[in-house]
Amino acid sequence: MTATLTAPAPAKKKGGRPKANREAILLFLPALLPVLILSVYPLIRGIALGFTDARAGLRVETNFVGFDNFGKLLQNNLFWDSFRIGVIWTLSVTILQFVAALGLALLLNTNLKFRGVARTLALIPWAMPPVVVAIMWRLLLHPTNGPVNEVLQKLHLTDHPINFLGDFGTALPAVIVVGIWVGMPMTTITLLAGLQGIDRTLYEAAAVDGASTWSQFWNITLPQLRTVIVAITSLDMIWNFNSFGLVYVLTAGGPGGKTMLPMLFAYNEAFRYGNFGMAAAMGDVMVVIIIAFLFFYLRNRLRSEA
Amino acid sequence: MRTKPGVRALQYVAVVVYLVFLGFPLLWLISSSLKSPQEFASITPSLLPKHFDVSNYSDALNEQGLVRGLGNSLQISIYSTILVLIVALPVSYALARFRSRLRPLTNGWILVSQVFPVILIVIPLFMILRPLHLTNTIPGVVIVYMVWSLPFALWMLQGYVAAVPRELEEAASVDGAGRIRTIVSIVMPLLRPGLIATAMFTFISAWNEFFFALVLLQDPELKTLPLVLARFVGAEGQVQFGPLAAASVLATVPSLVFFAFLQRRLTSGLLSGAVKG
Repeated sequence: MTATLTAPAPAKKKGGRPKANREAILLFLPALLPVLILSVYPLIRGIALGFTDARAGLRVETNFVGFDNFGKLLQNNLFWDSFRIGVIWTLSVTILQFVAALGLALLLNTNLKFRGVARTLALIPWAMPPVVVAIMWRLLLHPTNGPVNEVLQKLHLTDHPINFLGDFGTALPAVIVVGIWVGMPMTTITLLAGLQGIDRTLYEAAAVDGASTWSQFWNITLPQLRTVIVAITSLDMIWNFNSFGLVYVLTAGGPGGKTMLPMLFAYNEAFRYGNFGMAAAMGDVMVVIIIAFLFFYLRNRLRSEA
Repeated sequence: MRTKPGVRALQYVAVVVYLVFLGFPLLWLISSSLKSPQEFASITPSLLPKHFDVSNYSDALNEQGLVRGLGNSLQISIYSTILVLIVALPVSYALARFRSRLRPLTNGWILVSQVFPVILIVIPLFMILRPLHLTNTIPGVVIVYMVWSLPFALWMLQGYVAAVPRELEEAASVDGAGRIRTIVSIVMPLLRPGLIATAMFTFISAWNEFFFALVLLQDPELKTLPLVLARFVGAEGQVQFGPLAAASVLATVPSLVFFAFLQRRLTSGLLSGAVKG
């Protein structure tokens, strides 16, 4: 899901001749049918489902109900809770992950030894199946025989084992840490790519003018990285807001709904309670939020760039 | 520019902290998979197992559900990878070579498929596939995975196609080769690295996928490895951590092996892309 950043250079040749167009369509055909049936159509139907009372089951009548589902959602406290948790999760993971990844990218961009090894190791979390990541962190955070509790107790930071994923207060922060761990590699490697694209001579000129490392970072590195930063944080934000598998296996939304991300809430609504219409309405709300957010974020970012 | 020794030392410390944060969890998982049950129960866990014990692996492989899950995952990942390559090759060729109206449409679709929460897609998918008797079947999951990994494969492959020199194709067409012939005998051999990279990527994403499988596969006979593992976690209390850790390691091996091959290509590909952007 990363290649969105690797847009290929546009083809130079001017096409548009009827023959070329016919050929292009011919080449598209094998993909067209499955994509239309299994991606475009479901998407449109999914949006529309939010305005119906569709339920699971084979012979259930479906009626158009207008904005009823959305009205019900507005009055549903559990939905608001889940929504709030989703925003906290998304912003914390994205921001903390960005800061951590920028730090690592800056380090990897210096001429340290073992840089290649470090870079490879730093990418591992990304290749692992999310379910395995969740299992692994459950072992790490286990209250009785997990190493995290062991270390905390050895250092006398706590006198009793903490059930990180099971306590109301610690569950969401613990899940956020895992979220950062999973997403950091992608963000790091993208930022590193951006760093390596910055023209060296800018730094040399600044050094001649006597600029400190700190001021070089603020006045050269960050402005030069702006496009990359905007791109990767937007994507991270979308991915995090829509994330499901990791938290589903880590906590299943518990304890007491403290980690019930919007996607988990919608999944339960659809496949546990069979309220397809309601779940689709939640999906619609999520889309609107993502688009509204992207609109403001990108508009402000791009404007300040101009 | 010379870095002061103090700063340099701090940098190394920082790198080590990062690597421990990123690498320790995997080390712990591997070491857990090699610990005997007695050692697991110990309240003072140690990083290195006292005796290396591979019985967790044999226990995991004796678990019928796990082996079946492994087989299902393999089948689904291989089939969907093959399908993706067949479908993505002509499309990415057209995307890279023709300036047709389908290009902005495709790029728009790729973007939209990233932004929309999968819950919106999965419910209608479920409703479409059920009357076709494709829910709870391996072919059903395979075609869903194909469509789902297509955007990514297209992005990757069209970059590789664009890198194939156009002159070669023009030479072939002067010699009288048609478009399809040109693609098969000129472009495809040159695309081999790109096809391999795309195949590995598609395989990894199918192998790791969880959400669609969770919704589409209820039959225990058909469950993929991630589903089987997730169910073991759900049954905590009765679950033995050792075999679970061993199974998790086994589930990670294919992804990590492919990833090791991909890693260099991947970083360089991202580098070239981000520099342009």
